[in-house]
Amino acid sequence: MMKIPLAAMIGLIFTASYFLVAIFAPFLAPYGMAEVVGGVWEPMSAKHWLGTDNIGRDLLSRMIYGGRTTIFIATAATLVSFTTGSVLGFTAAVIGGWVDQAMSRFVDLIMSIPTLIFALVVLSVMPVTIPMLIIVMGLLDATRVYRLSRAVAVDINVMDFVEAAKLRGEGRAWIIFREILPNALSPLVAEMGLRFIFMVLFVSTLSFLGLGVQPPEADWGGIVKENKDGIVWGIGAALWPAVAIATLAISVNLVADWVLNRTTSLKGGRG
Amino acid sequence: MTDSLVKIRGLKIGATVYPPGEKPHDIEIVHGVDFDLEKGKVLGLIGESGAGKSTIGLATMAYGRGGVELTGGEVWVNGRDILKTSVKDLRRLRGTEVTYVSQSAAASFNPAKKIMDQVIEAAISQGKFSKKDAEARAVELFRKLGLPDPDNIGSRYPHQVSGGQLQRCMTALALCPEPDLVVFDEPTTALDVTTQIDVLMAIKEAIRDTGVAALYITHDLAVVAQVSDDIMVLKMGDTVEYGSVDQIINNPQEDYTKALVSVRSSEHPEKPPTTEPVLKCEHITARYKGTNFDVLHDVNVELRPGQTLAVVGESGSGKSTLARVITGLLPPRDGRIEFDGRELSRDMASRSREDLRELQMIYQMADVAMNPRQTVGTIIGRPLEFYFGLKGAEKRKRIIELLDEIEMGVEFIDRYPAELSGGQKQRVCIARALAAKPKLIICDEVTSALDPLVAEEILNLLLNLQEIEDVAYLFITHDLATVKAIADSIAVMYQGNLVRYGTKTEVLSPPFDDYTDLLLSSVPEMRLGWLEEVIANRKMESAGN
Repeated sequence: MMKIPLAAMIGLIFTASYFLVAIFAPFLAPYGMAEVVGGVWEPMSAKHWLGTDNIGRDLLSRMIYGGRTTIFIATAATLVSFTTGSVLGFTAAVIGGWVDQAMSRFVDLIMSIPTLIFALVVLSVMPVTIPMLIIVMGLLDATRVYRLSRAVAVDINVMDFVEAAKLRGEGRAWIIFREILPNALSPLVAEMGLRFIFMVLFVSTLSFLGLGVQPPEADWGGIVKENKDGIVWGIGAALWPAVAIATLAISVNLVADWVLNRTTSLKGGRG
Repeated sequence: MTDSLVKIRGLKIGATVYPPGEKPHDIEIVHGVDFDLEKGKVLGLIGESGAGKSTIGLATMAYGRGGVELTGGEVWVNGRDILKTSVKDLRRLRGTEVTYVSQSAAASFNPAKKIMDQVIEAAISQGKFSKKDAEARAVELFRKLGLPDPDNIGSRYPHQVSGGQLQRCMTALALCPEPDLVVFDEPTTALDVTTQIDVLMAIKEAIRDTGVAALYITHDLAVVAQVSDDIMVLKMGDTVEYGSVDQIINNPQEDYTKALVSVRSSEHPEKPPTTEPVLKCEHITARYKGTNFDVLHDVNVELRPGQTLAVVGESGSGKSTLARVITGLLPPRDGRIEFDGRELSRDMASRSREDLRELQMIYQMADVAMNPRQTVGTIIGRPLEFYFGLKGAEKRKRIIELLDEIEMGVEFIDRYPAELSGGQKQRVCIARALAAKPKLIICDEVTSALDPLVAEEILNLLLNLQEIEDVAYLFITHDLATVKAIADSIAVMYQGNLVRYGTKTEVLSPPFDDYTDLLLSSVPEMRLGWLEEVIANRKMESAGN
């Protein structure tokens, strides 16, 4: 059994519990997601652990369901961005030449427009549904992953073992998935933790601005938006999602750091 | 005894290691070494990698690099034990009493500062010299070390001088503060043979003229024999033999020393030219993309089946480019390549799988030539699967056969490259090439990164395998001792031209052209006085000057 450092352990426990809560939301939430069960902004009590929200829904249940939506969207969008970004990045690095130039300049073009503005423009003309959100967020973020994976792959691509594979006559798919990918994994995994958190923030921002998850569906950004007026009255309902986002961000990063540390020393991997 | 400059008694050095998957633990890398060094004398430390020679060299400055700790013994320099002295005293010692010349001058100089500023820095920082005196002394040293334009070379930046010159600048840097002891850590290993001998001579004269004591660390016994008074042979942190140069070279006592002394003397009987060549390069001219000069000019060579053609030259001579042209990685601008009676397509991408299979390559750096995330079994097994469609038990059987051929066992099949030694890594690369059942293997400096004894084992293995598999080698190297040991015919290259080509006997018999003469005479020989003889007799300046 390997020894897990304390920081990573804390990260693992928090991350795992967030994900478990997200998966089993319907069994854990004391009330329905959109069910009005009390007065407006009731304080914390045995009946409503976190109080109620701006129209009298149980805040804990909203948080649990909201976490489910936020984490699901962020995970799916991260997967989309990593699959497209890394496959395209590796391909560009391996093929090189004008293909690489064309793809990289196109990515530069997209990246020159601020992501949030770009997303707002796209989402204001497209129907705002969850799959659409995932695709837009995933593709916009894929530009960052593309950059990283291309840079890593360019380095690996000039190593002798890749040249040996090319001399053997291996196809591009073998070179990308069997020679380059295993050696590029550790920086990519570390980046994945970071990008996942950006996705959480991104979807929360969009929802806060009203272009993300649509009510009555709960999500953390949306909960902040619904309850932000309470802050003036000293009601802390809007702070809970903020706390949730912050703790999730920290714990995911603790795990990512640990993974990076472990994999770089593994079997003479890249340091 | 009391007047010796350096006195080391029972020196023990330890280090912390971090093996993957295990707890970090301490090991001892030097187990009690004793020696004395008097003023004006040179002690050569010799051994293969991991022998602890650099570590001992740095111990004379009471310094341990990266997790290395001096755990026991005494190091007396100028009458005090520097392992017990104060930090302030150590600061005075390092850089003024004891200085250090590293293997790679290019990596040791700050590229953003002029050479002069760096050469005099240590001398003036301790207040030993004024800036003006230090500069005058540096110019004097530049002149002594035979650097061109000694008055102005200091105002250049490190990238504006050649590798051999920079190595001499570093020697000037070490000598500038008038130290008592200079530690030379493999100062000529990274240089071409023809450049090496100039640097070696410069170092030797500088040591003689300034009267400093020196520790000369190297893995090459022939080199150390030229500059030292005494030699200490080290192996795995233990002293194997310690004596005068004359005794070590002419009358070695221990088996290990005997092996080191005889390492370069193996000769390979030349095979007579046979019928049809397996490889024929005609009028090859090549240049790299985006440049406007040819790196190969009209090269013509032939290689017979089951024989070895050695391509010799120093860095920049175009020998590796020739390999890239033959493999198709760099399509030639002009000329044709015939392989096994058929014309090879110029570009690798348009060659058939059969062409690719019959022409394999082995690289200089075995550790980057293998994917660090694949096991030995996967690495050797892939060509079997790819070219012959072998699977499962059949593939495994063949992998084991190949492992036997390279004198490694089945127990290596699940290991990763990081778990192998340098020689074992190169063996696995050989097995990977053999797995394809090739007609020709291009060996690009395959022994240069290895210790001499290991390199010799690899050469013998290659020769044995040539007998068994009847494969031809195109052997690229800068080392003429290797050539003598393996070649049937030789091509000497210089600045992209083929200057001499023929069977081994033809090429190695006089009369020589100037370049071949320079190259042949520059290979260090295992006898005393060789260096002076060569410098006195040669006809041509080395290219590095």
